[in-house]
Parts: sequence; C-alpha cells; structure tokens
Amino acid sequence: MTAFLKPRRPIDLKREPINGYKGIPLGDGSQLLNLRMAICQALYEEMKRDPTIFVMGEEVAQYNGAYKVTKDLLKKFGEQRVIDTPITEGGFTGLAVGAAMTGLRPVIEYMSWNFSFVAFDQIVSNASKMCYMTGGMFPIPLVMRGPNGAGPRVSSQHSHAVEALYSHFPGLTVVSPSTPYDAKGLMKTALRGHNPVCFLENEMIYGLEQEIPVEEYLIPFGKGDIKRVGGDCTVVAVSRSVHWALEAAEQLAREGIECEVVDPRTVKPLDIELIAASVRKTHRCVVVEECYRTGGIGAEVAAQLMELCFDELDAPVGRVTTTENPMPYAANLEHETLPKPHRIVQAVKLACYR
Amino acid sequence: MTDRPAPPAIDAAAVRQEMGRERALRLLRQMLLVRRFEERAGQAYEAKKIAGFLHLYIGQEAVATGWLDHLTPGRDFAVTSYRCHAQALLLGLPARELMAELFGKVSGNVRGKGGSMHFFSKEKGLLGGHGIVGGQIPVGTGGAFTAKYLGTGGVSLSFFGDGATPQGTFHESLNMANLWKLPAIYIIENNQYGMGTACHRSNAVQDLAQLKAPGYGMPSFTFDGLDLYASWKTAQQAIAVARAGQPVLVEAKTYRYRGHSVSDAGLYRTKEEVDRYKALDPIERVRADLLACGWLDQAASDAMEDEVMQEVRDAVAFSEESPEPPMSELTRHVYAEV
Ligand SMILES: Cc1ncc(C[n+]2csc(CCOP(=O)(O)OP(=O)(O)O)c2C)c(N)n1
Ligand SMILES: [Mg+2]
Repeated sequence: MTAFLKPRRPIDLKREPINGYKGIPLGDGSQLLNLRMAICQALYEEMKRDPTIFVMGEEVAQYNGAYKVTKDLLKKFGEQRVIDTPITEGGFTGLAVGAAMTGLRPVIEYMSWNFSFVAFDQIVSNASKMCYMTGGMFPIPLVMRGPNGAGPRVSSQHSHAVEALYSHFPGLTVVSPSTPYDAKGLMKTALRGHNPVCFLENEMIYGLEQEIPVEEYLIPFGKGDIKRVGGDCTVVAVSRSVHWALEAAEQLAREGIECEVVDPRTVKPLDIELIAASVRKTHRCVVVEECYRTGGIGAEVAAQLMELCFDELDAPVGRVTTTENPMPYAANLEHETLPKPHRIVQAVKLACYR
Repeated sequence: MTDRPAPPAIDAAAVRQEMGRERALRLLRQMLLVRRFEERAGQAYEAKKIAGFLHLYIGQEAVATGWLDHLTPGRDFAVTSYRCHAQALLLGLPARELMAELFGKVSGNVRGKGGSMHFFSKEKGLLGGHGIVGGQIPVGTGGAFTAKYLGTGGVSLSFFGDGATPQGTFHESLNMANLWKLPAIYIIENNQYGMGTACHRSNAVQDLAQLKAPGYGMPSFTFDGLDLYASWKTAQQAIAVARAGQPVLVEAKTYRYRGHSVSDAGLYRTKEEVDRYKALDPIERVRADLLACGWLDQAASDAMEDEVMQEVRDAVAFSEESPEPPMSELTRHVYAEV
C-alpha cells in the first residue's frame, strides 16, 4: 500500500548522493534507497554471485550510466565486465544473443527503449525465438534494460512505451516495476532466469525512494501486487502509471469512490488471476497505461477479463492510455497525451456511472 | 586527452579572396546569429521557458556555415541530427519561428510538436532534425536518390556525429550511395565525443573519412572544422564531385564547447582541453581575419553584433507572446491532410 512509499528518512541528495548499489542502512534490517539504486544493487549482488554476468551499453561504464543506474559497477567489477559500447544497438544486442548462446549472461542497457528499435530485428528475430527454433538447444539468458515511457518534454522520437509492443512476441518476458522493492526483486529473478527479459524502467520514477529489506528476496514473474485496497473500482497499472493511478485514487476517495490499484508488475506473464479476483469484488475495471490504445495492455486485460469473468462486470472495461499520436513537445499537448490522473478520474467515474 | 590531428593546410588568404568581401561578411554574420541564438536559448532553458533536450552547436558553427552556403534551397537537401539549430538558421528559416518552436508555441517551426531536436523545412530542403543517432543518414541518402531520379542536379548533404559512424545506417547508406552513384555527401562532424564517449573509444579507426571511405570505393575529404575558410573551400570541392554523380565522405575535425545537452557535468574531458579549443574559436578567428585585412572595422563589427542581438531578442519576444498550440492540434497531422 502507499504507506511503504513514504520512507522515514528521505534521501538527502546533497549529503548522500545517488549512491550506486549501497542503500542507506536504517538499522532494523531495512535500508533506504531509490529505484535506480535498487536496480543497481540487484545487478551488484548478482554480479558478485555469478561471474558470467556482464553489463554492456552506451555510457554504462565510465559515465556511470546516462541515468546513473550502473553507478560504480565499473569501479567494482572492472572493464572486462562493465563495458562501454559505441552507439550500435543492433550490434551489441546481437552480440549479447551470441554471448548468451555460448555460456554468458549479458545485461544490456538501452540508453532508452526508444533506441531498442534500432535493435528490433535482433530482439525479435533472434533473442525471442532462438530457444524455440533450436528445439530448446539454445535458451537465451539475456536481460535488456533501460528507461521506457515518456521522459520530460523530449517529444516524439524519445517517448515510446513498449510494454505492449514487446509483449506481443512469444519468448519474451516483459517486466515493468513501479517501486524500488519490486524493481530489485524482479531484476534478481531476471538475472537468474533462462529467457530474454525486457526490463522496462522509467526515468521519471528513478528517484522514487522506499525502505526495503537488507536481506535477499526475489519476486517471481507473473505475480502482481495490490498497491491500494478498495471496493468500488479496480484500476490496473504498471510502472509510472501506478503512481498516477494512486494519485487519482486519493482524489476519488475524497469523492467517496474507493479504487483498488492492482500492479501486475510483469506485463508478460500477466497475473490475470489477481486482476480478476479484484474485479470479482469491485465489478469494475479501468486500465491505465503509457502504451497506445490500439493493441495496448488495456485491450489485452479487457479481453482476458471477458473470457474469465464476463458476468462479474457491471460496466465496460475502461482504458486510459497515451492518446493515439506521437508525443508532441508543447507542454499543454504533452500533458493531454499522457494518461494523467485527471483522465483516470474521469474514466473511473464513467465506469462507476458517476 | 584527445589531440586534434593536424588537418590539411589551406591558403586562407586565397580562399578569402575567392569568397569576396560581401560573402565573407555575410558568413560571419550567419555564424554570429547561430551563436547568439543558441546562447539565448541556453538562458531561456535555465529560465524554464524551454524544456526537454537542448543540444547546442556552439563551437561547431564554421562547419554548417561553410557548407550550406553552397546549397540552392529548393534544389538541394540537407539533413542532420538533433543538433539542428544551426542548419535551420543557415538555410534562412526565421529566428522567430525557430525560437518559438523551442518555446513549444504554435507559431513554431513545426507547430510546437517537435521542439529542439526536430527542425524541418520543405521549402528550404531541410529534411530534419533527427533524434535517433544515425537515423538521418539513410534519409539524406533518399534526398540524393530523388535528385538523381528526377534529374534536378541537386545534391543532398547528410550531417552526423563521430558517434553515428558505428551505426549500421551509416554503412548501409554509403554502400547504396556509391552502388547507385547518388549525388550524396556524408559529413562526419567529429567533435571528438559522442556524449561522454571519446571518438577513440567508439571508432576502431581515427581518421574517420580517410579510412572508412575506401571500404565503399568513395573519395574522401578531411578539413579543420574550426576554420570557416577550410570548411567553405572543402565544401565547394566536395559538392562539385557529388553533383557530377560521385558520392563523397567528409570529416570535419571540430569541437563542441558546451555539454552534450543541457544536463552534462562534462567529467569526461578537462577544462584545459575545452579552453585550448576555445582559443581557436571559429567565429573570433574569422572576425580577427576580416578586421586585419580591412574588410571589417570595429564599428561595423559592433553594428553587426547589435543587429544580430536585436534579431535574437525579437525572436524571444515573439516566442513569449505566441500562444500554445490549441488542443485541436493534439491528434492533427497523425495522418496527412490532403
Ligand atoms: C540510436 C540512439 N542511441 C542512443 C542515443 C542517445 N544519444 C543521443 S546523442 C548521443 C551521442 C551522439 O554523438 P555524436 O554522433 O558524436 O553526435 P554529437 O552529439 O557529438 O553531435 C547518444 C548516445 C540516440 N539518440 N539514438
Ligand atoms: Mg560527436
């Protein structure tokens, strides 16, 4: 629930700068860190455990990552395992597939998922189907990670959300965490799995802080989490959209509508059982996402709910998505393009006939 | 830590003479306009009038200025990366509409939809303004294809950075261009860094044009990108080759003074290195040369500064006053309106 997102002590960026993989110990078995540090810590712990894991991408080593997610990993593991590449996404993705086929566990960073399109062929034609088309001979233990979704005012070519896109392909796992706790546990699972994982982070919540356990934990794929309990309407969201949904839920609560915010955490596999269980309670559902409406996460959730619990629905499943246009630069247009709280409030009210 | 390899020497006085006084003064003024426009944009960014990315061309002005002077807008094409303010100004787009685009206003170059990285002009043959590293290189090749297809006599200039040459699009484009003898010119603006990565950490060879062109059977040119005369003269020669149907690969050895974009601590290079290049400032060098040869005097130089500043101030005022795009713009132009 939301309480866990309010840490007892906020990180003072001036005194304790974004600190790579080391959380700030709180003394009672918990530590304070932000989302970018949670991912870094998962990488650090797993690289220590497994010498076949290496990190590769643009600016990941000497620059500490364009968004500082790989901070200090070069210092810790050296240049054999933390490698700066030229700007050559197709090349290093294909290289990672080959390395995965021959005994290593690559973690590649796309400076943003927008640039994964340069590597689309390697992801789709090679990584996603190698295991299947080799009759299981060549599983691809590969983690592809980086920020996804709209950045601040970076317009059309730099603002894609790719959850739905990559979920389309059998063989890929699509992870899209909304909190530091989830990000760490899911990243560790990704690093121990045997399949290519699209690990979608979000620049706008890298700084989000949370108290999480010092002790090791893993979060399995395909298991969602209820981020807020409520009885009137189920709101499904991942990543940054979870926080917009929570904001909308606060506002709606003041008007007497209680939302249950369900975060599937992985879009593929999708924890439809958790979503359906919530819908059986609320009888209403709104899906919030940064992907487009056509073929989006909402389309999939709505279809599966129809198959699973059609009779439980008292209203059509609502969808709050990025509007169907490339991201415009102008501030007012950008605001209306994204699935922001004001649009979620509207959609929930519509589902509740209010 | 990187040292600029010595570019081939040119006879500055001879090039200046060939240019003539009027043109030399015009090019100086253009470079000044680009510099002042971008300095002002940087300030507006700090004042939160502009957001997102803002990649400044400061330090590199002599490259685009020397090249675009040889183009005939409407017949020839140019395309570049997200570092696109200079190309747009040099092709003659009004400072007003470009600044307004940075401000996200409907009076902007692309109606407030693109921002800093995406300046375009159909009339002037500016094919963008591209955000994906290397993405513009095949697009520029397409302009050359059209010129040949329609027999217009036009050429197409594709500008891109030292960080873009590792991309597949670069290699694919050069191969097609020479295979089909397109009037294409590929200009690597080697400012020695792609973001925080020095050129020698991203390219397996360092003299980029000279060593890569032979792989595609193309001629190459290399010049000092901090020298307007070298830029202008090389452009004249290379464009003549391309107009005759032989694509060429060109490298400008240049430098950017500012960070990659606005948020760049610049830890990958020393202040001494930046200062060393600032001492070679392409604008100050031309100005000093024109003062020395008597084509410019201090009063005229000051007047030029004032005029340029006035143009930039006017662009800012226009941008401040312009309205935001109306909501009807949100889904307009997703598909063509014809
Ligand atoms: C395909 C792709 N990968 C990564 C990026 C992020 N990025 C933007 S500019 C840049 C550096 C490009 O350097 P260079 O080509 O030398 O051009 P310069 O910025 O120096 O003008 C990077 C890595 C991008 N925009 N597109
Ligand atoms: Mg560069």
